[in-house]
Amino acid sequence: MPARPSWIPYALIAPSVVFLAALFLVPLVQTIWLSVSAGDGLSLENYRRMAGDLNFALAVKNTFLLTLVVVPLQVVLALGMATMVTKLDKGRDLVLWVLTIPLGISDLAAGLAWLALLQNTGYLNSALYALGLIQGPTGWLSQETPVALFFAIVLAELWRATAIVLVILIAGLQLIPKEFAEAAEIFGAKPWTRFTRITLPLLKPSLQSALILRTVLAFEVFAVVYALGGRNFPVLAGEAYVWQNDNQNYGVAAAYAVLIMAISLAATAVYLRVLRTRPEQLP
Amino acid sequence: MTASAVATKPAATNRGMALPSARRLLLWTGLAVLIAWVLVPIYLVALGAFGGRLGVFRWPKSIWPSDLSFAAMSQFLAIEGVFNALVNSLIAAGLTVVFSIALGAPAGYALARYSFRGQNAYRLLVLLTRAFPLAILALPLTVSFIRLGLYDTPFGVSLIHTVLALPFAALVTQSLFMGIPREYEEAAWVFGCTRFQAFVKVILPLALPGLAATAIFAFVISWNEVFAASILTVRERTLTAYLLRILAESPLHYRFAGGFILIIPSVLFIFAVRRYLFAVWGIASK
Repeated sequence: MPARPSWIPYALIAPSVVFLAALFLVPLVQTIWLSVSAGDGLSLENYRRMAGDLNFALAVKNTFLLTLVVVPLQVVLALGMATMVTKLDKGRDLVLWVLTIPLGISDLAAGLAWLALLQNTGYLNSALYALGLIQGPTGWLSQETPVALFFAIVLAELWRATAIVLVILIAGLQLIPKEFAEAAEIFGAKPWTRFTRITLPLLKPSLQSALILRTVLAFEVFAVVYALGGRNFPVLAGEAYVWQNDNQNYGVAAAYAVLIMAISLAATAVYLRVLRTRPEQLP
Repeated sequence: MTASAVATKPAATNRGMALPSARRLLLWTGLAVLIAWVLVPIYLVALGAFGGRLGVFRWPKSIWPSDLSFAAMSQFLAIEGVFNALVNSLIAAGLTVVFSIALGAPAGYALARYSFRGQNAYRLLVLLTRAFPLAILALPLTVSFIRLGLYDTPFGVSLIHTVLALPFAALVTQSLFMGIPREYEEAAWVFGCTRFQAFVKVILPLALPGLAATAIFAFVISWNEVFAASILTVRERTLTAYLLRILAESPLHYRFAGGFILIIPSVLFIFAVRRYLFAVWGIASK
């Protein structure tokens, strides 16, 4: 690294700083401003309208429920996948490629793929019919079957977004020296003990970033839900979309956006605090 | 399917101590279930996409392909607006690639090669974007974009998609350039190259595969994004925005055709960048 300061690095980062300022920081402030301004002055009118909306309580409940169910399941599933994949030597690359395909798949496309499976005359119903469990085409994704719709969305989300957790965890697993587990094995630690006492604690930084990333994304879940259930299952980002596009009420849409951001930031802060790693704990 | 895959894992490791072959069998069974779990929905949406109107309503369905045809797919592509949406998606994704590399790679190079005041502040700015649901930031941009004439253009969409891809590009290229020894560059300076020439002739060829992977990630980020694209377009919709808009009224087989078209590039791209996937996310998640 050159000792004397130079203008070059500043020239190199300047374009991206300007860009992020214009399209990240400014919209961020604008959204907050939009949400608290009504008419001429500052007011909480937009928030009142948001909270007074019929779908509001439902959207909050649904979004939280979805996140609380999906994110932990994804971490467990990804940990299982990662442990299995690391045991492989032959065919590892091929298996990993297949398991990471959903990483590149749009949430809208994922919703549509599961719609093919779960629609009234879809493959799930055909299978249930073949087993004699249902009499004919049955709807699972309507307003009358909220529980089934919820599970359909959970399945699609698990299918689509577990891959990102898997990739982050495998990248993290590669950083853990093999010697630790070997040493523990010599001292008689069982596989489960090795997993909980060595792998998990050393994986904490990766778990932390996977959880932050997934939780933030889970709170803006939208297209999967729309593809499967339309507006039968209100979520926060979906309500923001409706207020912006259909109702053309930018203030209330912004209030929803601020709410989503506040929840995301709070979740991030919790993860940073609960899963913090002291430097001496790093491998 | 998922629950069983998770449940067999601890059992597999315990029994594996005594029975290595039984353990291998369990491991591969579990992996086969997981692979099927990933591939089966893609296969079924492909059946839906090529099965046409009749295929969607056939009851009960067979999982084996029967009378598939490209007619269903070409019908979908012939619908007014679909082809245009496809082109818009490609333009937006292409521009996102250009912007995120053009803005992100220099920043990555600066972070890799120099230590300067404000370095940490810059890193914080980049990481901060991760704690915010970025697509939501498209809401106020509607108004500014209308004023600037960027509303309802693939260019405008690509700008917000670049916000999503840029932090990622900066962090990935940083590690990319850190992996290329400084000495190569210094040797080129000794032989009379300017800084710029040294970069173009020595560093760039070495960084090219990694830059290509970064570009592909940026492409996929833009290609897949739904929320911001739907909010910032009305007539010049991207494919995701178009599909979202027609969800309620379009027949099922068109939806499946759209979903299938969305999935195909992703599968190919993940294959193309599979070598970089873990390196990229190892860094990007720090």
